[in-house]
Amino acid sequence: MSSTIAIAPKRRRLVNLRNFRGFRFISWSVLAFLYLPLLHVVIYSFNSSRIATIWESFSTRWYVKTLHNTDIQRALKNSLQVAFVATIFSTLFAVLAALGLVRMKRAGKTISWALIGAPLIIAEIVLAVGTLAFFIAAGIPLGKPGMMIAHTAFCIPFALLPINARLSQLEAAPFEAAADLGANEAQILRRITIPLLAPAIVAGALLAFAISIDDFITSFFIAGPGSTTLPVYIFGMIRSTVTPEVDAISTLLLLFSGIVLISSYVLNRRRR
Amino acid sequence: MTVAQTEKAKTKLKIEGRPGQTSPWLASPTVIFLFAVIGIPLAITVIYSLLDRAKIGMGVVWTFNPKAYKDLFVIENLDGTTGLDTRYLKVMWNSFKYSGITTIVTIVLSIPIAMWIATRAESKRNILVAAVTLPFWISILIRTYGLRQIIDDNGPIGWIMHKVGDANYHIIYTPIATVIGLIYVFLPFMILPIYASAERFDFRYAEAAYDLGAKRWTVFRRIVIPAIRPGIYAGIALVFIPALGSFLQSDMLGGGKTNMIANVIALNFGQARNWPFGCALSVFLILITLLFVWIIRKLGARTGTEVKLI
Repeated sequence: MSSTIAIAPKRRRLVNLRNFRGFRFISWSVLAFLYLPLLHVVIYSFNSSRIATIWESFSTRWYVKTLHNTDIQRALKNSLQVAFVATIFSTLFAVLAALGLVRMKRAGKTISWALIGAPLIIAEIVLAVGTLAFFIAAGIPLGKPGMMIAHTAFCIPFALLPINARLSQLEAAPFEAAADLGANEAQILRRITIPLLAPAIVAGALLAFAISIDDFITSFFIAGPGSTTLPVYIFGMIRSTVTPEVDAISTLLLLFSGIVLISSYVLNRRRR
Repeated sequence: MTVAQTEKAKTKLKIEGRPGQTSPWLASPTVIFLFAVIGIPLAITVIYSLLDRAKIGMGVVWTFNPKAYKDLFVIENLDGTTGLDTRYLKVMWNSFKYSGITTIVTIVLSIPIAMWIATRAESKRNILVAAVTLPFWISILIRTYGLRQIIDDNGPIGWIMHKVGDANYHIIYTPIATVIGLIYVFLPFMILPIYASAERFDFRYAEAAYDLGAKRWTVFRRIVIPAIRPGIYAGIALVFIPALGSFLQSDMLGGGKTNMIANVIALNFGQARNWPFGCALSVFLILITLLFVWIIRKLGARTGTEVKLI
C-alpha cells in the first residue's frame, strides 16, 4: 500500500476544475455592470428633482407628467401603429420564408439568407440612410407608411429565428401520416404545419414587436416631421434638458418590453 | 393498381421532398420584398456615392463624380494645392480602435462569465442565461441613457471619481465613455455565443489534463480555450461589426463629437447635406463588414467549425 503512494506523482490538492478562481467575482461584477444603469433609471424615475442626475426625494410627479404629456401619447401611438403593422407583415413574411427556404436549392438559398440576414450584419445606419435615399428617389413620403415598410424588413430575421428553429425540430411522422391518409399539400400546411408552428410564430411575432418598438436609428432618419416614434422622442428629450421624465418614460418602456418578452418566453417554454 | 399508385406517390415525394414541405416558391414574396427594401437601398448607396452632391438642399445631381471617395483622403487647400486629409482617416482609425478595444475587453470578461454560467446547476443556469439575454431585448437608447446617468459627473461613478481621484477628471463626454458604452451594449453578444460553446464542453477533458500533470492555467489555455474558440469567433463577429457601425454611444457618451464612422454618415445626411460623401462612407463600412465576415468564416473553417451569424 505504502509503495503505491510512494511511486504516485506528488498528489496535488484535490480541486474542482469547474471553479476557476475569480470567475464568480467577475461574473457577478459583469451582471451588476449590466443591470445597475437600468436600476438607476428605474430608481431615479421616482426623483422629485428637476435635474435627472441629482436625487431630491421620492415622488411620482414625473409619471403624472409623462402620462399627461400629449407629445408622448402621440409618439407612443405612432410607435404602436408602426410596430403592429411591422409585426404582422414581418411575421407573415418570416413564415413564408421559413416554409419556402427548407426546400430551396443552393444558390437561391444563399441569396435569400443573405437578404434576410442583411439587417443583422450591415450597420443599421447604412440601411437607414440608404432607405431614406430610396424613399426620396421613389417619391415615398417620409412618415408612418415608410417606417412600416422599413421596420418590416429588419424585423423579418428576428421573427424568423424561432420559426426556423421550430421547423427544423419537427418530426416527419405527422406529415407522413397525413400524406398517407390522402391529405394534399394545402391541407397538410393548414392542418399540420401551421398548428405545429403556432407557438413559434407567436414567439417570433413578439420578438419582432419588441425590436420594432425599440428601434431608434431607422426611425430617426425616416420618421419625418409629425410621425416621431417614442424612442426618437426620448432621444430628443435626452438631447435637451434632462428631467426625470426621461427616466419615467424609459421605466414604462422597460416594463412594456419586459411583459412582451416574458410572454414570448412562456410561449416558448410551453411547447417543450 | 394500388402498387402502381404507391410507386407513383413515392416518385412524386422524391421530387417534392418530404410531406409537409411546401414549395420553395413560398419564400418568393419575402425575397422580393427584401430585395426591394434592402437590396435597392444598398444599390442606391453605391450609385449615389459616385455622383455629385446637390448644389442646394439635400440629394444628388446625376453626374458621375468620384470626388466623394477622393474627399475621404485628400484635402483641397485654399491656395489650390492638395494634401493628405487625416480627418476621416482619424475617424476610421478611431472606429477601429474603439471597436477593437471593445472586442478584446468583452472577450476577457465573457470567458469567465460564460464558463461560470456553464458550470452552474441547470436551474440556476437558465436564470443566468435569461439575465444575460434580457439586455439584448432592451432598447439600446435606454441602456445607453442609463449608463450615461451612471458615469455622469453627478452620477454614482462620476461622484466616486471626484471623491477618490482628480476632481477635474471626467469620464462622460470622452472617448473612454464611448468605449465603456460599446462594452456595455455589446457584452451580451459576446457572452451568449461563448456560453453556447462552453455549455457543450466536456469537463472530463480538463480533468484528464489535470490528472496528467497540467497546471490550472495550462488546462485553461490548452484545453478550455480551444474548446470555446468557435464561440469566441462568433462573438468577435457579433461585437466588432455592430460596434464599428455604432452611432448612439459616441453621440450620447462621447460628447457628440463626430468621432466614429456612423456619426459622420449621420452628419452628412443631416446638417452637412453631402449625400455622396455619406454614401461613400457607407460603402466603406459595408466593404469592411463583408471583409470581416469573410475573415471570421475563414478562421472558423480553419478550426473546423462553421461560424453561423444567423
